[in-house]
Amino acid sequence: MADTGGEQTISSYIQHHLTNATVGEGFWTFHIDTLAWSIVLGFVFILSFRSVAKKATTGVPGKWQAFVEIVVDFVNDTVKSTYHGKSELIAPLALTIFVWVLLMNLMDLIPVDFLPWFAGQIGYYGFGVDPHDVYMKVVPTTDVNMTFALSIGVFILMIFYSIKIKGVGGFLKELYAHPFNTPWLYWFNFLLEVVALFAKPLSLSLRLFGNLYAGELIFILIAGTMGLWQLPIHFIWAAFHLLIIPLQAFIFMMLTIVYLSLASEEH
Amino acid sequence: MNINATLLGELIAFIFFVWFCMKFVWPPIIGAIEERQQKIADGLAASERGEKDLELAQVKATDQLKEAKAQAADIIEQAKKRGSAIVDEETQRGHSEREKIIAQGFSEIEAERNRTKEELRKQVAALAVAGAEKILEREIDAAAQSDIVAKLVAEL
Repeated sequence: MADTGGEQTISSYIQHHLTNATVGEGFWTFHIDTLAWSIVLGFVFILSFRSVAKKATTGVPGKWQAFVEIVVDFVNDTVKSTYHGKSELIAPLALTIFVWVLLMNLMDLIPVDFLPWFAGQIGYYGFGVDPHDVYMKVVPTTDVNMTFALSIGVFILMIFYSIKIKGVGGFLKELYAHPFNTPWLYWFNFLLEVVALFAKPLSLSLRLFGNLYAGELIFILIAGTMGLWQLPIHFIWAAFHLLIIPLQAFIFMMLTIVYLSLASEEH
Repeated sequence: MNINATLLGELIAFIFFVWFCMKFVWPPIIGAIEERQQKIADGLAASERGEKDLELAQVKATDQLKEAKAQAADIIEQAKKRGSAIVDEETQRGHSEREKIIAQGFSEIEAERNRTKEELRKQVAALAVAGAEKILEREIDAAAQSDIVAKLVAEL
């Protein structure tokens, strides 16, 4: 990179990497890269697991079945040790969240320039667009829309389970009568509990987003500023990030189970 | 970092994936796992039962073997006793037979001797009579001198 205007080039390089490919205007903007990658990875998950489910044998399992069963058993154990109610939904939900988020996080390990460059080439040769105008953000979990979609889904289930198990009255009572059980502090309780209630999905999604966004940003920074030195540095950061990727997927799954078990327990 | 309609799309995708997983992925896999766990548990229980059975059978076999050994020893003991008894009996019988035979022999010999003695006595008497006749050169009236002859015979 040239010294003159290097700052500008780096920042535009980073900017380019952090911009989604969009379709539409205003609120009705779709991040097609986020949507495409997340849906492709979601199908990778359900179809690969479905292939096991279709011919699941109770005898000696094949290698792929054994692997899938390890994952399923791990999720099942986690759910059983935390969620004590009876639910057909919690365990598959946890499995979907864990594997899907894990797959999306793993996109972070693909070299940062690889897929965007590929997309640029397709844009250039296929559609005659300047490669610089083709945007491609490959890690769906670095998009707040993705993480909020997950946490809002969990939030809706939290409300649903609260009302289903405790009734509307029980759910509301939990909101206004909880820390201080005196009528003249109900307004204060309500304020507190509503904040606490909304903080759950907010923290859930922002934690995942923040971790992956920061990780991705550091990959881009290394790629944009280090020259040849980026090779070992990338390796070190990738090795470290390898811990964060499953950890964040696990935390998201674990907190989902915890929140849902809190929602479905009587106090 | 702006919220837009992508969120709705992702929410729909999320709901679809969870629904699909709940309907078509989770139940068969967890069913297979649980069934296999049940199978393994059954197998382990069966093997434990088999082990116990084997142990029992071994104990029984050992007992039977011991009993059989004891019986065999008993039989051998009896046979030995019986054998020595037979030998004793036979020896006894042999002894008595021998004694009988010896005694018979003795009595036969005795009889023979007595007979010979009698014969000799008779002959000696005849000889004595004949000698006396020669000496006297006359006939002795055997009937008249029979008492003398008888006395002679008795003295021999």
